[in-house]
Amino acid sequence: MQELFQQLANGIAWGSIYALIALGYTMVYGILRLINFAHGDIYMVGAFAAYYLARLLHAGGPDPSPLLAAVVLLGSMAICAGLGVAIEFFAYRPVRKSSRLTALITAIGVSLLLENLGIRLFGADPKFFPQLVAPKTVVLAGGVIVTNHQITVVVISILLMVALTLFVHRTRTGKAMRAVAFNRDAASLMGIPVNRIITITFAIGSALAAAAGVLVGLTNPKIEPLMGIMPGVKAFVAAVLGGIGSIPGAVIGGLVMGVSEYLVVGYISSTYRDAIAFVILILVLLVKPAGLLGRNVAEKV
Amino acid sequence: MVLGAWALNGAALSVLNPYIYRILVLCCLNVILALSLNLVNGITGQFSIGHAGFMAVGAYVSAAFTVYATPRLFGVTADAGSLAAAGPFILALVLGGLVAAVAGLLVGLPSMRLRGDYLAIVTLGFGEIIRVAILNIDAVGGARGFAGIPQRTNLAWVAAVAALTFIVIRNLVRSYHGRALLAIREDEIAAEALGVPTTRYKVSAFVVAAFFAGVSGGLFSHYTYLHTNSFTFMKSIEVIVMVVLGGMGSLIGSILGAFILTALPELLRFASAERLIIYSLLLIVLMISRPQGILGNKEISWSGLLARLRRKRPGEAA
Repeated sequence: MQELFQQLANGIAWGSIYALIALGYTMVYGILRLINFAHGDIYMVGAFAAYYLARLLHAGGPDPSPLLAAVVLLGSMAICAGLGVAIEFFAYRPVRKSSRLTALITAIGVSLLLENLGIRLFGADPKFFPQLVAPKTVVLAGGVIVTNHQITVVVISILLMVALTLFVHRTRTGKAMRAVAFNRDAASLMGIPVNRIITITFAIGSALAAAAGVLVGLTNPKIEPLMGIMPGVKAFVAAVLGGIGSIPGAVIGGLVMGVSEYLVVGYISSTYRDAIAFVILILVLLVKPAGLLGRNVAEKV
Repeated sequence: MVLGAWALNGAALSVLNPYIYRILVLCCLNVILALSLNLVNGITGQFSIGHAGFMAVGAYVSAAFTVYATPRLFGVTADAGSLAAAGPFILALVLGGLVAAVAGLLVGLPSMRLRGDYLAIVTLGFGEIIRVAILNIDAVGGARGFAGIPQRTNLAWVAAVAALTFIVIRNLVRSYHGRALLAIREDEIAAEALGVPTTRYKVSAFVVAAFFAGVSGGLFSHYTYLHTNSFTFMKSIEVIVMVVLGGMGSLIGSILGAFILTALPELLRFASAERLIIYSLLLIVLMISRPQGILGNKEISWSGLLARLRRKRPGEAA
């Protein structure tokens, strides 16, 4: 029983990372109907941006200051927000009117570009992420052991998700975002600046991916330029699982994926870890073709 | 004809250096993959990103057949290069293709309920599940890779199968059934209304595509080191890029796309460290400047193709 709770705790921490990445996927998909394949690589850039920022600010010393850690996190989010906006402007905007497959291939191209630029600039060998928060273990009720890093991951994820939900539902810009996602042409006719909303969406989504990259650096401190591929795909699966376009769906999908992966690792075999996500996805889609929280869109003739 | 192919292969071996020879073999393997994927993605208008999974099934089934069953059924294994080895090899390839086709049937069935991106992600999922499942079968090497497969594949084999794939798929597209597939691509609801059994056709397209991908996998496993790492979803993506770059729905385009994308990284070798950066930049620029792919969805004759290539060359270099 204790082992079950231990795996659940690990799974929730890891699932929060998936959820943060999945949010970016789901927001961009909701607005552009584009699978932003480069999103996983933005998460990678987020981790590396934090790595270099931390070295620059000497934030990873033996007695790390939480203030510097926050600066590193926010700095990395800002850098990736800029990167996301630039990618949208230079690569996705020119193909927005083309077929969706063209946009998809462009996204794959951007993804390959970021990976290979990463190998060229950062080197292909793994780097060790500095300790931004002094490691400590906490024993919860029932003998479940978690690190303060895992707690940080979950707490920061929850804060970001709450902030995002408030932004999307309580601000004018958020309302405009929902309008563009619902019907881009109609939103444009109502005077909503569609291009600016798309830019903002990319900035927010990329910042969330960067946050996931920094947080993953805390718990798994080995970072390398290809680290974004698998989490990127799985986060997309998480978004589809939850119902793509739905923000709470992305969070639920991410948590389901994280927990199920740790349960498989704990009770079956770690070699099946990469398959379980897809098994769950297929089972869910066979029962609910639009995902857990997705809306079934009636087909128009 | 077989002897002719053999003579051709001998000539190719003596004229070309081994490096070029190897690239040509890989080009032909990718032609088979791109043509068969085009049947699903380009002709039928569905969206599959799990093609590497079918290739993996074919590769492992045919390799296992050659390693475990051939010595028992056909006695001592004949010399790899001899014609006597051809019969069992063809059997292995067909068997690999058939098992891959069954896998295609299993993947095609969910396409009854799903469409667009959901279908895409499910095919991706099936591809990955197949890969992980093979990784856990110890009899075919698991994580160590499958060693000890006799090398049967050469340029003559891959070129012949690529040509056969082209002929079969082209004839299929021009047939009554091919028109039905095109109708589904253009407007699924209208096709259904006109009495085209859309689900059956979509599943059939999956099955045929999976068969050829499986045969291509069989050729691959008898050519080079076999490991599941060759069949990650990045391989599926690579094939999709070939299809889209060549032009969705254009068979000649798929052949062109396969050759360009196999040869391009090699041509860029002079830039060693930057070559993949240039490759990805070229891909983005090409998609922005020519979103419909090099040939769009046009099918052209040889003379037309040559004329068009002459016109298009500046565009490609951009």
